[in-house]
Amino acid sequence: MSDTTNAEQPAIDREHALHLFREMLRVRRLEEKSAELYALNKIHGFLHLYIGEEAVAVGVMQALKPDDAVVATYREHGHALVRGIPAGAVMAEMYGKANGCSRGRGGSMHLFDASRRFYGGYAIVGGGLPIAVGLALADKVQGGHRIAACFFGDGAAAEGEFHESLNLAALWQLPVLFLCENNLYAMGTALDRYQAQTDIRRKAEGYGIEADVVDGMDVLAVDAAARRATATIRVNSRPFLLEARTYRFRAHSMYDPELYRSKAEVEQWKLRDPLVLLECRLRELGLFSDADRATMESAVAAEIDEAVRDAEAGPWEPVEDLLKDVYSPVAP
Amino acid sequence: MTTMTYREAVRSGLREALRGDPRVFLMGEDVGRYGGAYACSRGLLEEFGPERVRDTPLSESTFVGTGIGAALGGLRPIVEVMTVNFSLLALDQVVNNAATLRHMSGGQFSVPLVVRMATGGGRQLAAQHSHSLEGWYAHIPGITVLAPATAADARGMLLAAVREPDPVFLFEHAMLYPEEGDVDESAGPVDIRHAAVRRLGGDVTLITHGGSLGKTLRAAEQLANDGIQADVIDLRVLRPLDPDAILESVAKTHRAVIIDEAWRTGSLAAEVAAQIQERAFYDLDGPVARVCSAEVPMPYAKHLEDAALPQAESIVGIVREMMKHHG
Repeated sequence: MSDTTNAEQPAIDREHALHLFREMLRVRRLEEKSAELYALNKIHGFLHLYIGEEAVAVGVMQALKPDDAVVATYREHGHALVRGIPAGAVMAEMYGKANGCSRGRGGSMHLFDASRRFYGGYAIVGGGLPIAVGLALADKVQGGHRIAACFFGDGAAAEGEFHESLNLAALWQLPVLFLCENNLYAMGTALDRYQAQTDIRRKAEGYGIEADVVDGMDVLAVDAAARRATATIRVNSRPFLLEARTYRFRAHSMYDPELYRSKAEVEQWKLRDPLVLLECRLRELGLFSDADRATMESAVAAEIDEAVRDAEAGPWEPVEDLLKDVYSPVAP
Repeated sequence: MTTMTYREAVRSGLREALRGDPRVFLMGEDVGRYGGAYACSRGLLEEFGPERVRDTPLSESTFVGTGIGAALGGLRPIVEVMTVNFSLLALDQVVNNAATLRHMSGGQFSVPLVVRMATGGGRQLAAQHSHSLEGWYAHIPGITVLAPATAADARGMLLAAVREPDPVFLFEHAMLYPEEGDVDESAGPVDIRHAAVRRLGGDVTLITHGGSLGKTLRAAEQLANDGIQADVIDLRVLRPLDPDAILESVAKTHRAVIIDEAWRTGSLAAEVAAQIQERAFYDLDGPVARVCSAEVPMPYAKHLEDAALPQAESIVGIVREMMKHHG
């Protein structure tokens, strides 16, 4: 486990720490609002909430540059938000409105933003890994120094594409950050019931890929681990696997009755809520006040409310445009 | 104009594509040092180097997906999947990523990916190595599916494909590789939206693609001896299908037969037949007929394989029957 939670921790920069807290809070409130709106039938289909896992997306995103590429999963609202996609565009997308970040064509599982190099949003577990490998290949061939960061879950580490992608990235020395968000469940099946080797970080060894593991509930630790990982990738132009151990507090999706885990287990993990952990730590150091909290909550609430207004006000694409964007428009 | 084999034409197309655009690169199993499983890329590694001609591990899903990612990232990959038989491992990347990224992102992304594969049976390679599944690919919105049946098309369609902004899948029937044809090596990309009339005749329309063109033309020659003249239409483009050439011909002949090496049930031939009856019902003197593979996994023994596949004789037989009843 990464050391940064303890003795070697450098002094915490208050501004940066508050920034991390605010980012996690934005994700938390967005996800809570999404759950509410789903129950109100404003959002449909599948909705996979990131509540509990915020420290991972927030911490890792600190180490990525705007021109790095990001590939994520269907549980990607937090990643999209922290990457810079406006909350209104994310919310409108979940509503299916034309002002959504995917013009309403994708929904919750398919958030995309070309201008921010946010390449989705994949509903097939493991489906994004080869895409990230290809983005890294393109960058390397074109002489760049960018990273392709690929978020995926512990479940994806069982898919063939995980193994193929690690092999190819190592073989061709591609700058891929393989970011495994290990939340201990592949939908409803616990890690030790489907992985012969449950230490996911160790799977990288077989491909000669450098790896690390980090406490995914500690955003400062994730931030530090991600910076180390990305620095390694940029210097060596080689892939890196970072396993972030985390936990989702809500069900796999809104349809999941959670028969496979006990409420006690969930409550136990909630004691390590990333927002609570960071706040406690900062308060201990005198870096966080009630006023800080109130200001942030207020600002975030306003942001989320505005996002909902954007979604509510957004237009529906005309049905006449149904066949649009199946192919590129024909050049005149 | 030169006479060259289909495989030489493919090689010429690959070379021209690699020379013409530094973003183009070839990637696949054994395309480099081996020279290509069908020798299509022989010499290209030596000429263009390992960055442009990349041997991949046996990881179809991931190297097709890597092609998609590379296309998203600004390159123009030509991914060679050795045969359509192995492409099944990559179908998720094809259907759920290549074909959908443009649409599900609301039009933000272009995937200028070319995938080439060998297809078809007839060499006693048995059940797992003899598929003709280009019809499955033609089912998917978001991609273009091509079946070059001539050496000139094998070269020209590839050159057109690398210029397309959306994914293109090229199916090269494995029996065609040694076949000779006329190729103009100074020619550029060819049309990839229209079928071609390969033979003119007024009595029956024979519609086919790829590896079945040869046997269809031979059937047409045999029929001519009986005084039956056939229009032979080479579909060339399986998605989007070009209905105009077909409908124009059927309006003239009033009889249609579709020859397709896929299994009959749910074949591309079924789609073409549906389109003909939808749009030319009143031009027809009788039902549209199909000559397809028998509903059996490809058997190894030669006589059984021959019986399973469409043959010129079966095409001739069907047309004779047709002319008898509705002549």
